[in-house]
Amino acid sequence: MKVLMKGNEALGEAAIRAGCRHFFGYPITPQTELAAYMSKRMPKIGGTYLQAESEIAAVNMVLGASAAGVRAMTSSSSPGISLKSEGISYMAGSDLPALIINVQRGGPGLGGIQPSQADYWQATKATGHGDFQILVFAPSTVQEMVDLVSEAFDAADRWRMPAMILADGMLGQMMEPVELPEEGERAQVEKPWAACGHGDKREHNIINSLYLTPDKLEDLVVERYKRYEQVKAREQRAEEYLCDDADVIIVAYGASSRVARSAVNKAREKGEKVGLLRPITLWPFPVDALRKAAGRAKAFLTVEMSMGQMVDDVRLAIDCRVPVEFFGRTGGMIPTPGEVLERVEGLL
Amino acid sequence: MKDLNIVFAGFGGQGVLFAGKAAAYAGLIEGREISWLPSYGPEMRGGTANCSVCISDEPIGSPLITAPNYLVAMNLPSLERFIDAVEPGGTVILDSSLIDREITRTDITVFRVPSSRLAEENGIKGLSNMILVGKLFHELGFCSPEVLDEAIQKCIPPRKADMLELNRRAVALGAQQ
Repeated sequence: MKVLMKGNEALGEAAIRAGCRHFFGYPITPQTELAAYMSKRMPKIGGTYLQAESEIAAVNMVLGASAAGVRAMTSSSSPGISLKSEGISYMAGSDLPALIINVQRGGPGLGGIQPSQADYWQATKATGHGDFQILVFAPSTVQEMVDLVSEAFDAADRWRMPAMILADGMLGQMMEPVELPEEGERAQVEKPWAACGHGDKREHNIINSLYLTPDKLEDLVVERYKRYEQVKAREQRAEEYLCDDADVIIVAYGASSRVARSAVNKAREKGEKVGLLRPITLWPFPVDALRKAAGRAKAFLTVEMSMGQMVDDVRLAIDCRVPVEFFGRTGGMIPTPGEVLERVEGLL
Repeated sequence: MKDLNIVFAGFGGQGVLFAGKAAAYAGLIEGREISWLPSYGPEMRGGTANCSVCISDEPIGSPLITAPNYLVAMNLPSLERFIDAVEPGGTVILDSSLIDREITRTDITVFRVPSSRLAEENGIKGLSNMILVGKLFHELGFCSPEVLDEAIQKCIPPRKADMLELNRRAVALGAQQ
């Protein structure tokens, strides 16, 4: 039978079952249960749980563990992710995989502690300084949080880049039934690049992000961007719900996609042709699915718990062929299906 | 089946989150879609705590309930916060030993259960929450008493196994009210 788990705890258990034995964290509402869960579980299974002296220390411990070739993760909430951004950039610059979890809260600054999606730009455009991207996954249920943890670890290892699960306070705090995978169900890739001791049997590996010769650094970044093109071609994911005949398509991810789905159901009960396109990866953004949908729909509406950070990505994906409107709440407020329905009906 | 949107509300420490979890597990055992969402943050320290439990045949949209059809209120601030939001035709179950207030709405059903007093008198102090759960499930007719019992067993950690019998007494007492 499925078990009832809080999103935060389910993320922790899923990571353990994905083979993660190294967690470095620092408490912050609303993700603290994840760190607390790891502090209980890791010692029992021979893993490492360490509460660092700061978020910056924690993310650099992840960098070190990842450089040694093991699956490592850290988690935080919005202000803490800002602190981790330096380490995330260093990992990207060192071609290191890792899992970073952001259980978003309202911002900017210390903001609030209620659910938010206002870190979309940070996650998809600028998780740190320099030319780089990270993989960004956006679960909308506790079960999907579990499933995407394995996917994120695998993708991070496959592409040698950091991956983020972009959740929010609602998903982290809520309980839903989950089915957990058995550990070891998925094969892990070899990491011949890891700095984990060589016993004089091979050349030593160097993990580094400092390149003082401009043409060398340019070559590395350009190579990395070729890899990003492959990632864009192969890792895009989205779920379509009643989009086939939809006049208006709502684009929403994570917690707000749940609200949007209820609004779609209400619209359909009234015979109104409304659909939902739910990005599951935010980077790479599911441009292929959006492009396809733009051939049918008359308008798009993004529904977000932010001031509309995803709107431009949708516009770019569809080359502005049809209008892209926005409805959202921010600061920790959660839109209601009624509000979304009213907005979407204005576009029909 | 009609969607059940239940809000449990009271002081932090009264067991509103536990009561909600028991209800959610009953939904899970019955094979329904369920969600449980707590209030979190500074309001839990000394103030009110609440949780939203959704039980449905369809996947749950927003787990945050804005118009409950069932409200379990364990103190006056909680009742005052949620009473106007209860859906017309909805049901309120309240602890009448802590809440002494007339309810003027006539479009809802109100059950007054002196659960804190009953808990005290029956040697199960602290289980006022489960007396109200007993009453709630009696009124809901959602599942058999065996299913609720199984749900409660799922919610009690092994180190607190001795609490199971006391919880059972509380639920049985509530069902008789």
